[in-house]
Amino acid sequence: MSHTTMNLNLKVWRQKNTKTAGAFEMYRVENISDEMSFLEMMDILNEQLITTGGEPVAFDHDCREGICGMCSMYINGKPHGPWQANTTCQLHMRAFKDNDTIVIEPWRANAFPVIKDLTVDRSAFDRIIQAGGYVSVNTGNAVDGNSLPIEKAKADEAFAAAMCIGCGACVAACKNSSAMLFLSAKVSHLALLPQGDPERKTRVTNMVAQLDKEGFGACTNTGACEAACPKEISIANIARLNKEYIVAGLTSE
Amino acid sequence: MKEKYGNLFDMYAKITGENPYEVPMRIYPAVHYTMGGLWVDYELQTTVPGLYALGEANFSDHGANRLGASALMQGLADGYFVIPYTLGNNLADEIYNAPIPTSHPAFEAAEKAVAERIATLKNINGKQTVESFHKRLGKIIWNECGMSRTAAGLKQAIADVQALKKEFWSDVRIPGEINEYNPELDKANRVADFIELGELMCVDALAREESCGGHFREEYQTPEGEALRDDKNFMYVAAWELKNDHEWTLHKEELKYEVIQPSQRNYK
Ligand SMILES: Cc1cc2nc3c(=O)[nH]c(=O)nc-3n(C[C@H](O)[C@H](O)[C@H](O)COP(=O)(O)OP(=O)(O)OC[C@H]3O[C@@H](n4cnc5c(N)ncnc54)[C@H](O)[C@@H]3O)c2cc1C
Ligand code: SF4
Ligand code: FES
Repeated sequence: MSHTTMNLNLKVWRQKNTKTAGAFEMYRVENISDEMSFLEMMDILNEQLITTGGEPVAFDHDCREGICGMCSMYINGKPHGPWQANTTCQLHMRAFKDNDTIVIEPWRANAFPVIKDLTVDRSAFDRIIQAGGYVSVNTGNAVDGNSLPIEKAKADEAFAAAMCIGCGACVAACKNSSAMLFLSAKVSHLALLPQGDPERKTRVTNMVAQLDKEGFGACTNTGACEAACPKEISIANIARLNKEYIVAGLTSE
Repeated sequence: MKEKYGNLFDMYAKITGENPYEVPMRIYPAVHYTMGGLWVDYELQTTVPGLYALGEANFSDHGANRLGASALMQGLADGYFVIPYTLGNNLADEIYNAPIPTSHPAFEAAEKAVAERIATLKNINGKQTVESFHKRLGKIIWNECGMSRTAAGLKQAIADVQALKKEFWSDVRIPGEINEYNPELDKANRVADFIELGELMCVDALAREESCGGHFREEYQTPEGEALRDDKNFMYVAAWELKNDHEWTLHKEELKYEVIQPSQRNYK
């Protein structure tokens, strides 16, 4: 493997807090290795800013291995940047070349207000999960796993939906800021498994109600969400969500 | 392979730029669990009455090593099977007590201590970033208190961490304000804790003159290079109490095995 380094221009959205208007600032970083992750490059920018008396760019991150969904940012106009099925933290600098200008922005959606710079408040997702994205089971003696046979195709489908990391890229990518892909993933993985059955109807009803309260837009089946999703959640899940919702409404007591 | 490990292989390809289906994978160990933790009793209560510690934060469920997958099980076991039954013992005595107001002297003292620590950190106004201290601490611990340890290395590490601590508390730079969203301030508080914990890990590793579980002292190995236990002298859990800065006191908790006898793990 050959390693190269590059110098880059960064056009970064800076915003002091929710109430203050923001603006783009230009920065230059040098000697960036193509083996670095995008967030390592951001760390270097911040080190540079702090040591020269500036304020570091606030951005969310946690696992840095593509599984937690924290690293939310627009990179060159795309949520999570140019690579397909990828999170920002897993984007590596070999995606760019010397002297590129990279535009970095926070998620844009009314339901995700900017806290500072690139950090947005995604607690709306937490409240949607709290409204029904769980199963209530009494603990005590655990049931033997083999006593609940689940056919492989179903297990695979449920797993594919459970891959959603709640990053919000689907909302950011959508022209309506709709959160339907996220919600459909959360409803689907439980609707596909027997464990989710007892609360099946209340779950979908309550979660949709919470979704509406949070101010996300409506779904117009554009599919931008699916294209931006780092976990390749399929919009077929939205069809399942709609079915679950209608059935729950028609059969409720 | 693709069916089982496809996502891992995709991740690897993104990180390295190499195709793992064709080029042998380059693999490197990384920390993913902190063995040991806050001392708790069988009800998971710490030495502070009413304060419970669950999961990785406590020391209780694993031995000298944390075996594969048992960390998540520890969180589940503590949360599902222990705390629902033990917390009630504390609440039973508390139930008739009125809610404790924030004007309580203990609350005020704690709040004041935290506010002072934050103000002290912020007012240092030094030259070096929090990140740079974190990296240096990581290097010291990785080199001397990592996969294999020696007395000489650990002594050096303790001296190095203590020196780093001094430097941190006199030259760290935290930009931004105290009363705003400030990830640097947050991280500075964590790194200050890591420095303390890093020192303790070295102190503990130095005191334990045997090899067992995840603790491998180069001086204590069999001719085949396996861990050499010393059950006669070290069959205890080391619970360390911090009296003053750098002043650690050891409390030994004897380990008694009645059914299963611990033995050397043989990887051959
Ligand atoms: C890369 C990696 C891979 C792993 N793989 C496995 C595996 O395959 N199998 C396995 O069993 N285990 C694995 N582990 C270990 C396991 O994941 C952890 O031990 C376990 O998740 C710890 O859970 P916890 O709830 O005890 O603590 P955590 O999940 O660490 O939760 C602690 C919480 O406390 C919060 N917190 C910290 N400080 C404060 C504060 N001052 N105020 C308020 N909140 C605070 C943190 O934000 C965090 O949410 C892995 C760990 C890592 C890092
Ligand atoms: S559906 Fe995809 S894009 Fe939306 S939150 Fe889940 S993982 Fe992120
Ligand atoms: S930091 Fe966790 S997914 Fe990127």
